[in-house]
Amino acid sequence: MTLKLLYFARLRERLGTIGETLKLPDSAQDVAGLLKLLRKRGGNWESELTGRPVLVAVNQNMVSPQHLLQAGDEVALFPPVTGG
Amino acid sequence: MATIRVQHEDFDAGHEIAALRADNPAIGAIACFVGLVRDVNEGDSITGMTLEHYPGMNENALAAIAEEAAQRWHIYTSLIIHRVGLMRPTDQIVLVAVASSHRGDAFPACEFIMDYLKQRAPFWKQENTPHGQRWVNARCADAFAEQRWNTPPSGNIVAQETA
Repeated sequence: MTLKLLYFARLRERLGTIGETLKLPDSAQDVAGLLKLLRKRGGNWESELTGRPVLVAVNQNMVSPQHLLQAGDEVALFPPVTGG
Repeated sequence: MATIRVQHEDFDAGHEIAALRADNPAIGAIACFVGLVRDVNEGDSITGMTLEHYPGMNENALAAIAEEAAQRWHIYTSLIIHRVGLMRPTDQIVLVAVASSHRGDAFPACEFIMDYLKQRAPFWKQENTPHGQRWVNARCADAFAEQRWNTPPSGNIVAQETA
């Protein structure tokens, strides 16, 4: 399935991109699977998505690692929020 | 019933509060909170701050927070204005105002909205310091502030475990 990925704040800076279109292999079905796939890119992808808190929103709602992804989902990855 | 605005422009709290209470003589109390840019954070002087946001999601998140407050307390209406972009010390960042019959509903609802906003609304602060720019880290105290309202935690931290 194809997903639209968005990155914000520190993640956007460290990963060097505001987002991408990603084709998810059948082996990855949920948010945890997506993160595992991204970490395999190594470098900042591995360091930023490992051992640091990351929040994930799917179609603009916060979700858990077990959330199942659907084709066409907008998946946003970002650090804990600091507004207010 | 809640008014939500995410904007670059500054706001006039007096004007906003006047608009909130206009035409409803049942309103007996308005509690409000204004968040400002400070000139010091974690021991460093701050010369400016840039607020980044997730357009679309933050309007929805703020509306959901205001709706939850309306379910918990007897309030007539509420207002959340959150600015984005570059701001300087003494600038206003956020305004929350809640209108109700009595202060017993307005005060806690206003505080609840701020506590939830700090945990759930997708805004991120980047500070300018003498050592360069840095992202502001989320504070544990904010998580505790949200949790005291006894609700399930917001969004789950999903990448804590090692790969």
